[in-house]
Amino acid sequence: MNTFEWLESQAIYVIREVAAQFERPVMLFSGGKDSIVMAWLARKAFYPGKIPFPMMHIDTGHNFQETLDYRDRWMKEIGASLIVRHVQDSIDQGRVKEEEGPNPSRNALQTVTLLDAIKEFQFDAAMGGARRDEEKARAKERFFSVRDRFGQWDPKNQRPELWHLFNGMKRPGEHFRVFPISNWTELDVWQYIHREEIPLPSLYFSHEREIVRRDDVILARSSHVALQEGEQWERARVRFRTIGDATCTGATESAASSVEDIVNEIAATRVTERGSRADDRRSEAAMEDRKKQGYF
Amino acid sequence: MTQLVDKERDLLRFTTAGSVDDGKSTLIGRMLYDSKQIFQDQMDALERASKLRGEEEVDLALLTDGLRAEREQRITIDVAYRYFSTPKRKFIIADTPGHEQYTRNMVTGASTADLAVILLDARKGILPQSRRHAIIASLLAIPHVVVAVNKMDLVDYQEARYRELVEEFTAFAEKLNIHDLSFIPISALCGDNVVESGDRMPWYDGWPMLHFLEEITVTRARNLVDFRFPVQYVIRPHQDFRGFAGRLSSGTIRVGEQVTVLPSLFHTKVRSIHVGDQEVNEAFAQQSAVLTLADEIDISRGDMIVRSHNLPEIDQEFDAYVCWMDEANALNTGGDYLLQHTTRTCQVHVNEILYRMDVNTLHRESTTRLGLNEIGRVRCTASQALFFDPYDRNRETGGFILIDPSTFRTVGAGMIRYTTKETLRELRREQGETQIETITATNITWDQSLISLREREAQNRHKALCLWLTGLSGSGKSTIARCVERALFEDGLQVFRLDGDNVRHGLCSDLGFSREDRMTNIRRIGHAAKLLYDAGQVVICSFIAPYKEDRDFVRALFPDNAFVEIYVQCDIEVCKARDPKGLYAKAERGEIKGFTGVDDPYEEPAHPELVLDTAGLDVQETVDRVLRFVKRQCGLDNAST
Repeated sequence: MNTFEWLESQAIYVIREVAAQFERPVMLFSGGKDSIVMAWLARKAFYPGKIPFPMMHIDTGHNFQETLDYRDRWMKEIGASLIVRHVQDSIDQGRVKEEEGPNPSRNALQTVTLLDAIKEFQFDAAMGGARRDEEKARAKERFFSVRDRFGQWDPKNQRPELWHLFNGMKRPGEHFRVFPISNWTELDVWQYIHREEIPLPSLYFSHEREIVRRDDVILARSSHVALQEGEQWERARVRFRTIGDATCTGATESAASSVEDIVNEIAATRVTERGSRADDRRSEAAMEDRKKQGYF
Repeated sequence: MTQLVDKERDLLRFTTAGSVDDGKSTLIGRMLYDSKQIFQDQMDALERASKLRGEEEVDLALLTDGLRAEREQRITIDVAYRYFSTPKRKFIIADTPGHEQYTRNMVTGASTADLAVILLDARKGILPQSRRHAIIASLLAIPHVVVAVNKMDLVDYQEARYRELVEEFTAFAEKLNIHDLSFIPISALCGDNVVESGDRMPWYDGWPMLHFLEEITVTRARNLVDFRFPVQYVIRPHQDFRGFAGRLSSGTIRVGEQVTVLPSLFHTKVRSIHVGDQEVNEAFAQQSAVLTLADEIDISRGDMIVRSHNLPEIDQEFDAYVCWMDEANALNTGGDYLLQHTTRTCQVHVNEILYRMDVNTLHRESTTRLGLNEIGRVRCTASQALFFDPYDRNRETGGFILIDPSTFRTVGAGMIRYTTKETLRELRREQGETQIETITATNITWDQSLISLREREAQNRHKALCLWLTGLSGSGKSTIARCVERALFEDGLQVFRLDGDNVRHGLCSDLGFSREDRMTNIRRIGHAAKLLYDAGQVVICSFIAPYKEDRDFVRALFPDNAFVEIYVQCDIEVCKARDPKGLYAKAERGEIKGFTGVDDPYEEPAHPELVLDTAGLDVQETVDRVLRFVKRQCGLDNAST
């Protein structure tokens, strides 16, 4: 069995375990390549049957239009039902407060919207496309990650995972985050996309757009990003390595216009993909802090 | 560059265990660094962190120590998974701390590993924790173990020191169940033999560590023989399609093959196999697949589909090693837990803790509880029959976890040794192709006598015992056995002798001398000896029994200390000269085929209880040695004086 067959088989196994062990599971969809691959695997896991759980998108309101168009097409293609919940609604209801300052990010706010949605639908397991190679704090994450009633992750209180046995038993109020592609690396994801010919949003491929450079991060022009003093818009050939909130997802200068180009670019690259996300750079333990609060 | 997209690499999962002092994190950091797996931003962060700590050189260990608590205490407290790949392979490292209090983490990391890297500090040699790593690797049945003798720079790269450690470790590992053991002298700090060989150890002609990991042929911890398909989920999109989704724990399956569904024992055929959206002819171990069957059978999650002529063990009772993982409560005799095994979850009762194993020495201690990080052997009864294989044979169907029924935490990891109904297993082996009928007859149970062995022993005033004399033809086994039998009889012991030639006249007259027939011969004799033992006898068996596996099989039938293996050692030339039955002469003329010592091997016992050199001692001396030993074992030390 080669690496891809093995990774695919393991992810499918995990997704099926979730469908079997939980009463109301949901799969999170962000429009990013990882969640696209995860949804693709969900389709395979139950083929020729339908995916037996809904997909859910937590829309920060700061998404690129390309992502939203892609999302709706993709859900139709894989035959999944979609739930959308908006960070804007949480703001309007006074559940959260928009960050102040020149570069407000809604990344932290989506945690509240997510937890509210989990409560609203009584989801007992939410699958996400996080990978262990993304960041040091994630290297210890479990496939089945138990969260308390506040959605908090306690690194000291995670269940050991042996062989292929995943313990999804929960007490009232607890829910699980499950990460079927934990063992994939960024390169694995891209190689798999190539191998399976999975269509992607156009943002991932090189295109010309207006950008601004801020603290070594390239931000795309959108209504959500305001110029700071001394900054100006410029045109550049860029692509995105991750797709999230437009206020903090950095682009990279690239001429890679096909998946094949991207695979080669990644293989030669010297910066990790999260290295271009502004929110991880705030402190050395940034990810760990957010995870403890219930971030995905 | 373009071939990158199509590169079909395979995968190696390995585990590393060690303390900060071993230089384990440095070794991993070094492999990532020298093989250019560290990104610029990670390197920058590393330099910043090292500088903050006042270190001049970049501390490669910081690369792998993830959580803040760990960075502060500078220890690794959990299992961290690392990924890297070379053009040849993708690697997944389960990186675990080595201290005794983290035994559970080592067990977790080891459960999915194909290979274990054990680090030694060349200055300190083999510490209790090195032994613990090896014992856990053996217990978790990791197929390959490589010992990295690190810090060679601190012993001036001396070959002699390396050789000394290799010898010492090899001697220790012989007691364990490690099938493939290798050694590499390295310096993680200086980079010798990690990615490049370097020129400081010209006396070492093996591969450097990374090359070794790339090249080793991994006889995966996978069993490719026994098809086991635990049903995970039923897919039923419409009336005409009823698919059973699952992942092959082991073995392979093809369309058209005859299968049996457990526990219902219905037989049917595989109609189709689907992997993702593709229909295929064959599926193999570790693949997630969907099977459809020729007949409509009621099957649900937790059932198992197997090949009709290759069934797993089916039993509620089993005997297992358990590693206890809970901080809050200990495992107690009489405890009740939830058990998760393949896709089944049921209740389980701990009948008995047979002993606790010291993970540093293998020493057995009797106990009624297992605390955090302790490993013991337990006997359990589950609320439903489990479909399992011994863990040594099949890690996927032999491993289970225990779950606390009130907190739902995973509190224990278990490795099944075997079913406690050894008799049933026996019946099944004999039935071969017609195993099904035997299995349906699970109501065949061992009829419990009203007289216990203890009572018989008390009446006889000596313990029952099995003496097993093994050795070449002509080594003197039968002569010694006859004399020992006579002497014990005259001392008033209940004694009976089973002899190789005699059993072949009746009990085993249908058998020849092929490998299978020899195995069956020894198995029957073993059971006959066990019956005599149960009757309270001192049983003396004298058989060539050339294969270690067969002798070990017999040994396993008896309780500890009740089986005494006596190696009757004699040089083959001396045996040939004696040749009491003229058999060697015949074998050398080619008139007898497969004669032990001539054209069939004799596997010497590794750890016999007694060795008798009959070339050096006369008959009476050897008989006296056996008698002294027997009287001590039977509790008759004083009787003879």
